[in-house]
Amino acid sequence: MTIEELEQIAESVRLENAKFDYEVNVCMDLACASQGSEKLREALVKAVEASGKTVLVRRTGCMGPCSAGPLVRVDPEETLYSHVNASHADAIIFSLGGEPLPALQCDLNEHFDKQVRVVLENAGHIDPEKIDEYISREGYKALLTALMEMTPNGVIHRITESGLRGRGGGGYPTGLKWSTVAKAGGDLKYVVCNGDEGDPGAFMDRSVMEGDPHRVIEGMAIAAYAVGASKGFIYVRAEYPVAVARLTTALREARRRGLLGNNIGGTTFSFDIEIRLGAGAFVCGEETALIASIEGRRGTPKPRPPYPAVSGLWGKPTLINNVETYANIAPIVRNGGKWFTNMGSERSKGTKVFALTGKIANTGLVEVPMGIKLREIIEVIGGGVPAGHTFKAVQTGGPSGGCIPAEMLDTGVSYDALLKMGSIMGSGGMIVMDDTSCMVNVARFFIEFCMTESCGKCIPCRAGTAQMHTLLTRICDGTGTMEDLELLEDLCSTVKEASLCGLGQTAPNPVLSTLKYFRNEYIDHIVHKRCPAGVCNIEAQVEVLP
Amino acid sequence: MSEAVEVKTLVIDGEEVSALRGQTILEVARENDINIPTLCHLEGLSDVGACRLCLVEIKGSNKLLPACVATVFEGMEVSTNTERLQKHRRMILEMLFAERNHICSVCVSNGHCELQTLGQEQGLTHIRLPYRNPDLKVDASHERFTVDHNRCILCTRCVRVCAEIEGAHVWDVMGRGINSIVITDLNDEWGSSSCTRCGKCVQVCPTGALFDKSKIGSDHPKYPDFLPFLNLMREAQ
Repeated sequence: MTIEELEQIAESVRLENAKFDYEVNVCMDLACASQGSEKLREALVKAVEASGKTVLVRRTGCMGPCSAGPLVRVDPEETLYSHVNASHADAIIFSLGGEPLPALQCDLNEHFDKQVRVVLENAGHIDPEKIDEYISREGYKALLTALMEMTPNGVIHRITESGLRGRGGGGYPTGLKWSTVAKAGGDLKYVVCNGDEGDPGAFMDRSVMEGDPHRVIEGMAIAAYAVGASKGFIYVRAEYPVAVARLTTALREARRRGLLGNNIGGTTFSFDIEIRLGAGAFVCGEETALIASIEGRRGTPKPRPPYPAVSGLWGKPTLINNVETYANIAPIVRNGGKWFTNMGSERSKGTKVFALTGKIANTGLVEVPMGIKLREIIEVIGGGVPAGHTFKAVQTGGPSGGCIPAEMLDTGVSYDALLKMGSIMGSGGMIVMDDTSCMVNVARFFIEFCMTESCGKCIPCRAGTAQMHTLLTRICDGTGTMEDLELLEDLCSTVKEASLCGLGQTAPNPVLSTLKYFRNEYIDHIVHKRCPAGVCNIEAQVEVLP
Repeated sequence: MSEAVEVKTLVIDGEEVSALRGQTILEVARENDINIPTLCHLEGLSDVGACRLCLVEIKGSNKLLPACVATVFEGMEVSTNTERLQKHRRMILEMLFAERNHICSVCVSNGHCELQTLGQEQGLTHIRLPYRNPDLKVDASHERFTVDHNRCILCTRCVRVCAEIEGAHVWDVMGRGINSIVITDLNDEWGSSSCTRCGKCVQVCPTGALFDKSKIGSDHPKYPDFLPFLNLMREAQ
């Protein structure tokens, strides 16, 4: 496979698509699929046959605004229809060439205008099971360019220049990580893709793996070339069966096209990828636990150093990046590091995909440039909280993150700003809460999550989160005391500073941030025995007490 | 000077000490009679850095490092007993005492228990945390030994000694988080497991979780010091 051959494939796809007057794209991502988009697609295909029009009905990955699903986009007009079901198929096909259907058309211009799509550039535009469609949108061009025209160091330099930071949560500079692995000795090295997305309310990585799997594979192959690895693993949680199926298809197609395997592009570079399934342990998203899990051992973290970059899988130097990080690689190699630095804030470059959920009008997947104000994401892109309610807080970073109150919404989104506010970027979950959410109960929910997901290896995380959960339950029940609150803060401090891995070290964040910004709610529960949001059932508890 | 014998100088609690490249902070501290409390660490076994009692402060870093696995570097300034560390150590011990049923007065290891000794050393006078009082079983199916999960602190010394020294790997950990428990084989009874009856796990257990049936009702000190000696003899062979 050469770049010319890639272009020939792209050209043939374009010629093939040009035969059709219209393209009807049906979102087949989980949210839309669960509402019957497969039936809708079948109905559309039948309607096309009956109408005699030349229309391409394409299944695509996630288009973004999941709450409006099932979604259908008609190209070239880019008309977006929301809440479509199979009964609308005839009307949609009939309307082609005429006026769009006003009843189904949705106005999400504001939602899309503020977004910048890099990672999601293909999602909703290509059939994820067809490698040629990915190639037609400049797919694998970056890999072959890197192999034919760049040295491994040149690739690393370009990534470093772009300022890309790890999208899995920590924000470690990607270029630095790559160069560390590249410098590590040994003839056998591994690259690993961390697809063990486990935060409640987060589904960015799933959507990327399901909607554009080749992007992840291409990113990994470029990384392997840069660091000198010959073997890759994609670690996906088994709860993502569609992602696993799409990745399996994508790997097979890539091998068939000679883009994985021996002597890729006729060069000396050989690389292949295997999929490994996670058994549903949240902590296996932590890199040392992930390595243990791939090796077939109990998924528990190990103290670092040694870092995986030096001693990882089976003791070999191992590069571990998140799905979204790999998804950024191909565009950076194609367009150059400078192009990437034009997006984002000073120390956080590029874009970030967020999974917007909770009490908000447009839930779904959004991709925004770093530095954008939280208010813009929530009020403009997200459409704000539903009428009649007021915004209370936004939770970022999953169980490791914190709750950000309304008065801080004008802060720009970046790794450092979120950290300063007591939260973290995390992998990109964003849960919006309104006045019907009790912040003590929210903190208890996340601590319960950390308690059940703790691996049990180190004492602060294993016993500390369980104790925090007991104290928070007392406070929610109205039986907590001010001494309990003090003890809770002491526990937070020890669990945060003394835990072995990131799960334990960040587990207290939801409690600490709600204590910082919503302390009065804790006091209300303890002193006044009332839950301001009306979530905790305190009255009933107090009555049974003597 | 070859790399293998490279010497580092560092400061531990204000005292200048020397160390070999690759040595851990704990090793160097103990050579110089500086006490760092440990629980999961045992000389002769691999280190897992799980109990977090040996955390120390390094000047210039806000992160606390486990002395049992953190290696020395030139010019390092280590503090092993600051107020911050003492606070965390007491809290960790409190967590352990409240996690299961540690009732010293009726424990076979009363007076010989590492957890009890650490509580005394660290000045633990009472437990503020709510006791969890779990309902855990006692497995006395083995002809010589008994495991009382109520006293287990999940240090995994038994798991490591069985896998690394005895080579049997009878012990392992089952379950996650607060529900973790040590098991023999695939959660079989200890008596019908593939146990070789060597008794190493009993000797290295820091509490009264593993004990010798013949010692019930009498003093039950344990002798984990055989390990470094055993390792030394094996290396010499």
